[in-house]
Amino acid sequence: MTRKVLAAGPVAWTVKPRVIAVVVVAAVLLVLVAAINIGMGSSRIGIWDVLETLLGGGTRRERGIIFDLRLPRTLAGVLVGAALGLSGALFQSVARNPLASPDILGITWGAGVGAVTAIVAGGYRGQVSGMVSAIGVPVAGLLGGLLAAVLLYALSWRRGVDGYRMVLIGIGLWAISYNIVNWLLAAGDVNDAARATTWLVGNLADTGWDSVGPVAIALAVLVPVTLVCGRTVGGLQFGDDTARGLGIRVDGARGALLLLAATLAAIATAAAGPITFVALATPQIAMRLAKTAQPPLAGSMVLGALLTVGADLLTRLLLPDLPVGVLTAVLGAPYLIFLFVRSRREARA
Amino acid sequence: MTVVATARPRTRRQRRLAGIGVLAVLLVLVCAASVALGTKTIPLGQVWTALTHPAGSEPDIIVRSLRVPRTVLGLLVGLAIGVAGALMQGHTRNPLADPGLLGVTHGAALAVVFAVVVLGIDGLYGSIWFGFAGALLASVAVFLLGAVGGKGATPVTLALAGAAVSALLHGLVSAIILGDERGMEIYRFWRIGSIAGRDFAITGQIAPFLVAGLLLALINTPGLNTLALGEDVATALGQRVLRTRVLGVAAITLLTGSAVAACGPIAFLGLVVPHLARAITGPDYRWLVPVAGLLGAVLLLTADVLGRVLTGDDFEVGILLAIIGAPVFIVLVRRRGLSKV
Repeated sequence: MTRKVLAAGPVAWTVKPRVIAVVVVAAVLLVLVAAINIGMGSSRIGIWDVLETLLGGGTRRERGIIFDLRLPRTLAGVLVGAALGLSGALFQSVARNPLASPDILGITWGAGVGAVTAIVAGGYRGQVSGMVSAIGVPVAGLLGGLLAAVLLYALSWRRGVDGYRMVLIGIGLWAISYNIVNWLLAAGDVNDAARATTWLVGNLADTGWDSVGPVAIALAVLVPVTLVCGRTVGGLQFGDDTARGLGIRVDGARGALLLLAATLAAIATAAAGPITFVALATPQIAMRLAKTAQPPLAGSMVLGALLTVGADLLTRLLLPDLPVGVLTAVLGAPYLIFLFVRSRREARA
Repeated sequence: MTVVATARPRTRRQRRLAGIGVLAVLLVLVCAASVALGTKTIPLGQVWTALTHPAGSEPDIIVRSLRVPRTVLGLLVGLAIGVAGALMQGHTRNPLADPGLLGVTHGAALAVVFAVVVLGIDGLYGSIWFGFAGALLASVAVFLLGAVGGKGATPVTLALAGAAVSALLHGLVSAIILGDERGMEIYRFWRIGSIAGRDFAITGQIAPFLVAGLLLALINTPGLNTLALGEDVATALGQRVLRTRVLGVAAITLLTGSAVAACGPIAFLGLVVPHLARAITGPDYRWLVPVAGLLGAVLLLTADVLGRVLTGDDFEVGILLAIIGAPVFIVLVRRRGLSKV
């Protein structure tokens, strides 16, 4: 079987038609779902009008509603979902374990410790006040997540980073941060606990331009870097010796990829809370759809965005008062299970 | 057979026996400490009289109605969680698997929250059977999903189906408690896991299930050794793979279901204990499972006694286990590089 190769200067990717098909179909669906989601609200705007406005047309009123009020929420969903999908794909590839996701390795719960501390310590009857409000919940979350990532990397480093060791250390960090969060929730006021729980489920409802901006900038930098590293991810799957034979500097590459993955997860979590299940499920779904041996990076990214925005839309239609994270699992889990069943039936046939 | 060839197994055997001996001694010591220590320290002599010739004095009441039940419950639940963790990691062949991965924890949580919010049931006695039923249902659902459309649940499908169902149930729990302050109030304490404030009635309710689970686990260990070679090899060796899996899942469900129902989810213990036990016993599940059980009981009781001495009798053990246990675990992982599952 010959493969088409796409080369751009020093980096090259092999082109797999099925992977491209998954990305394209998911992207088209994403645009449609996002347009419906932007059109939802007190005054409905039709899907074609939304698309027309986004492309620069539309009436003045439509432009005002969409660009000032509605776009940030959906854009945040797209960006956060993409970041989580990509982060999960990287973690699962490097650790060679389908359960390795930022939620299990302590990154999102590290962010949770930061954010919940800000809510409970600064909160008074559900209001963040005093000095902590100056820092803000998202920034506290980002600091917590990045701290967890740095700890994970530093503690895993011993003459190189071994994927297995990193996963076990990540579990230790997860246990510490998860229990600190539990303790904060039990120690705090019940209103703060409710606010913190809303944040911990993952929530897009209050996102404005101020929380979309940082994620957008971070993704604009990190995504191209990650995709350039995609070649290395593929090489790492064969084990360290083979990867070295392919000319990959294994420890450096793995460290860089892990830091990328952790940063993506921390930024996404800071923006919208740890939206459950996206980072774990979308790489697995993408892998099964594209029939690759490892989670495809671009596919995981687009599917992550699709799952998050789709869950947001469904939440607004069915359960308007609930945070989006309640439904990411409800949407993603059955589909992942359906894919299992189908792929095993095929394997048997 | 040269001397060199037989020397290795003997040292491993010696290490296993030494490990079991040390753990047994530690368990006796920590049980004694658990009965004697707490907000009010009671000398062991007085503990003995309380157990043999109770006269109704204050120390007698504390020992007989508070500390002994708590110690027995901690012992049983620690055993159960350790054994279930070892089985779970063996069946999924995944170092990240903890017994809660079968959906047991979140199944129990959803049932308890449902009982509190929707049916208005209050207190541990009302909700324990809900918790147990929820744990059972979730676990069966996960196993069936993992087993659909193939020759039975494989390690990867079992782990992923567990993660998927857990995430789903967790979403539902969040949905219920976010709309209900009383549910939130109960859930935020329930989710930590504690062996405080449970009397013999609770222990008595779950004990039959725990004992059944422990027996099934022991029967399951030789089969797990064969499964560790891979499903195809196990089948070729004449093992009925599906039967071994079902037996294992039944044991895990009984053990974790009753532990969660009685104490809430005690995170981290079931995940870490098998790794530590493997460092003592090596990969043979016939040894690994009992040692993991002993280790689970020792760690749970030690954390509980420590927390009681530091903060008082209503201490919730789940927190301390992770806050103290996790750094120790991390140090061990860095120093020894624990062997793969």
